[in-house]
Amino acid sequence: MIKFTDEKLKKVQEIVARYPEGRQKSALLPVLHLAQDEFGGWLSPETMDYVAGLLKLEPIEVYEVATFYSMYNLKPVGRFVFEVCQTGPCMLRGSDQIVDYIKQRLGIGVGETTPDGLFSLKTVECLGACGYAPMMQLGKYYREHLTKEKVDSIIDECRQNAALNN
Amino acid sequence: MAEEKKLFKVTIDNITIEVEPGTSILMAARRIGGEVAPPAMCYYTKLKGSGGKCRTCLVEVTAGSTADPRPMPKLVASCRTNVMDGMVVRNITSEKVIDARNGVVEFLLINHPLDCPICDQAGECSLQDLSYEHGKEGTRYEFQRRTFEKHDLGPYIQLHMTRCILCYRCVYVADQLTERREHGVLDRGDHSEIATYIKKALDHDFIGNIIDVCPVGALTDRTFRFKNRVWFLKPVEAHRECNHPKCCGKVTLWYRGEEVFRVTARKDEWGEVVDWICNECRFEKKKTSDWMIEGPTRVDRHSVISQGHYVGVVRPQEVVYDVMGGRKPKLLMDIHSVSEVNEPSIDLSKIEGPAHSTDFEPKKLTN
Amino acid sequence: MGRQLLLEKIKVEGIRGYETYRREGGYRSVEKALKTMTPDQVTDEVKKSGLRGRGGAGFPTGMKWSFLAKPEGVPRYLVCNADESEPGTFKDRYLMEFLPHLLIEGLIVSSYALGCKRTYIYIRGEYAWIPEILETAIAEAKAAGWLGQNILGTGFELEIYVQVGAGAYICGEETALLESLEGKRGNPRIKPPFPAIKGLWDCPTVVNNVETLAAVVPILNFGGEEYAKIGIGKSTGTKLLSACGNINKPGVYEIDMTISVEEFIFSDEYCGGIANGKRLKACIPGGSSVPILPANLLLKTAKGETRLMNYESLSDGGFAKGSMMGSGGFIVLDEDQCVVRHTLTLARFYRHESCGQCSPCREGTGWMEKILRNIENGKGKSSDIDLLWDIQRKIEGNTICPLGDAAAWPVAAAIRHFRDEFEWHVNNPVECLTRNYGLAHYADPLTPVTA
Repeated sequence: MIKFTDEKLKKVQEIVARYPEGRQKSALLPVLHLAQDEFGGWLSPETMDYVAGLLKLEPIEVYEVATFYSMYNLKPVGRFVFEVCQTGPCMLRGSDQIVDYIKQRLGIGVGETTPDGLFSLKTVECLGACGYAPMMQLGKYYREHLTKEKVDSIIDECRQNAALNN
Repeated sequence: MAEEKKLFKVTIDNITIEVEPGTSILMAARRIGGEVAPPAMCYYTKLKGSGGKCRTCLVEVTAGSTADPRPMPKLVASCRTNVMDGMVVRNITSEKVIDARNGVVEFLLINHPLDCPICDQAGECSLQDLSYEHGKEGTRYEFQRRTFEKHDLGPYIQLHMTRCILCYRCVYVADQLTERREHGVLDRGDHSEIATYIKKALDHDFIGNIIDVCPVGALTDRTFRFKNRVWFLKPVEAHRECNHPKCCGKVTLWYRGEEVFRVTARKDEWGEVVDWICNECRFEKKKTSDWMIEGPTRVDRHSVISQGHYVGVVRPQEVVYDVMGGRKPKLLMDIHSVSEVNEPSIDLSKIEGPAHSTDFEPKKLTN
Repeated sequence: MGRQLLLEKIKVEGIRGYETYRREGGYRSVEKALKTMTPDQVTDEVKKSGLRGRGGAGFPTGMKWSFLAKPEGVPRYLVCNADESEPGTFKDRYLMEFLPHLLIEGLIVSSYALGCKRTYIYIRGEYAWIPEILETAIAEAKAAGWLGQNILGTGFELEIYVQVGAGAYICGEETALLESLEGKRGNPRIKPPFPAIKGLWDCPTVVNNVETLAAVVPILNFGGEEYAKIGIGKSTGTKLLSACGNINKPGVYEIDMTISVEEFIFSDEYCGGIANGKRLKACIPGGSSVPILPANLLLKTAKGETRLMNYESLSDGGFAKGSMMGSGGFIVLDEDQCVVRHTLTLARFYRHESCGQCSPCREGTGWMEKILRNIENGKGKSSDIDLLWDIQRKIEGNTICPLGDAAAWPVAAAIRHFRDEFEWHVNNPVECLTRNYGLAHYADPLTPVTA
């Protein structure tokens, strides 16, 4: 059985309180974000059922929403997910080459995770950083003006971070 | 005495009628009937919130109302647009509508498997009718079609997602007729699918109605699957005392010979369910002795089901285009135009029953 | 340097915090509105200013506000659309990240004008670090008495909440945004009813873009009439432009809509010219969904006049010879870029972002992407170009929401102006894999229009 910590449950209450009485369904997107962060970086059916219970929704209402939005992972992902933008403006600044370079460096294809479970590579559509292209999202933040050297240092940074926090 | 209600005048394809305020263009057009009524693949009168999605019922509004006679800039979904007083609408008289509808049919078909020869819905499929009436032959789509695994939603219903056109009707049925919905639309865009996420059986005692509302063969009756072709079956109206508090117990039994092959709810002339029925009536009562027989079903739609086995139908004595006010029938093929061998001098509409080769024999002509 | 109304203070150190923002004159508009004006007077100022929605459609904001239904006893809502996702557009992010209090200030004044007690900022989920910035600003404003109960002793009460999306371009469409805010799939609603009558939780609602709401602040400070004096014609005030692509100085610029497109691209004050000394080939001036224009049609209108950076001038010539101001996402392509490949990425984007509700968009966007991929990869046929044209034509105008149009227009414009490049791809299936078509004649002087 999964369960939020008391601190997170308090956060859920806070979110629900933003909406009028009986509109707790509105809390679904933010609470799914919380759940994804809390329970391993993805939304398992168990996690989604738990969220449904918390917000008094039918499980199918949660599945419908979780599968609609691209930020929810429905399968386990690596610890560091490289989400590289490849839409027009980024393409004009060489995002294709960056994707190829990451593939080569990590030895994985798009949509795959390295065998050690550390890195996943995803291509995504426009993230609203067109002036700072090419770019990718890594966790909460954007990494912009990417070059091969920058990709190298990001990979090193992730490895160090993983070594420190293990 | 009740105050007389003000009615709205609306003109659709040059035919003017009066309807109550709040009537949609589609329902007004259905009152006129025939080809003036736009096809509807997702709208369903009995399902609140349905419609607007498939875009087959698009019409052109050339005048918004008497008060504001400006035309509407885009084609509108007739199922979700209400009539205004003095509105002028063009459906089949608008080239724009015909062109757009053509496009919609093509879009609906590019990923449809076109497996009608093995589909249980064939013969009563709205998409089949729609493509026959509004589609073009051949396809311009040269890519692999989208497919999904088919799976069973419990003992009674099979979901064949590849055929689905995402009308959302089955979702509304579950929302509005059952206490808890267990299936819905998952994923998005061209990967959207009707599913339960974790393959669950749908076991609500009213859920069988999703089969009846499905316009295509995406949701089919497992107790009928591959048993027979609908056009070989003879629909008969029947009823029983059903204990289910919400079930009307009034159904259509589909016979071949003495055997009941399937049970469905009764449908009106637009192919919509008249009254919902429960799973027990639909799936468990397949003996004549379960039912009080009322008589043969009247089938108005130009369906293949109406071919062949109707009693009590009065045939007009005039030829078809006389009955239709000078218009030639659009849906029947005149075999005379195919070959001289078919003896153009014989008027097919004057032959009793279906034409046979003997009708064209020279000796008969000399009589 | 043009006049700056929104970004004037953005470089002031500490402007993100309340103290500095207030010291620099922040929240004056709230004082003015709440203490000296009725809500209707605020709306009137906005009407007089001629402010047009900065999200893309350019609808007059004051008019939108006046459509809001005001039935007794029913709450009304203002929702700030911060779901900025149109490729090429990143101005709202800049504003929220560095000037959060400007948005909060605009929201308070606008909520007062509309009579809203709860206001939501719906921000795209990928901007994951910005909600904290906004929430900090909201908390600061509340501590300083600009939010909560009985604001400035006037009896006006307001709470602002930040709602985070989860990755869906379609939620930038206002009714899809409302669905998402209600915790549902981002399926656009079928209109009518419009949000002004039935919006969030079936209550009357106004949805406005971040920049639009921020612009309410200078409008109140200077007065609507003064604001309307800036700019030309119906393009009043200043507009944020996010410039990207092959230029020397990508970034967010505030312009007063009187400068020419040429100046915007080549002057050092703005884009600083084309990167690496290349030549200009084409440009999408208003975010990915508006028509792309070749260099010659971009700098001059079909009549041979200088094209200006404003609503009217950019759309001069209609879709045949013009484009649109849109959301101000200015995407520049240099002579080495391939229009076919660029169009393919946009078609892929729209296919990925289609909600799947209505058939023309769900099926048509994927079909266009597949054909474009074939052409780009040297597997196209010449009939494919006409087919593409026909598909986009059958999507446009026939869908529930504007995403269908947004998907159709870039394809249509690319074929309209760069047909020879498509044909070159089809006719040179091997060569097109190794080199680009180049600048060709796209920067040649326009042939004069004859009567």
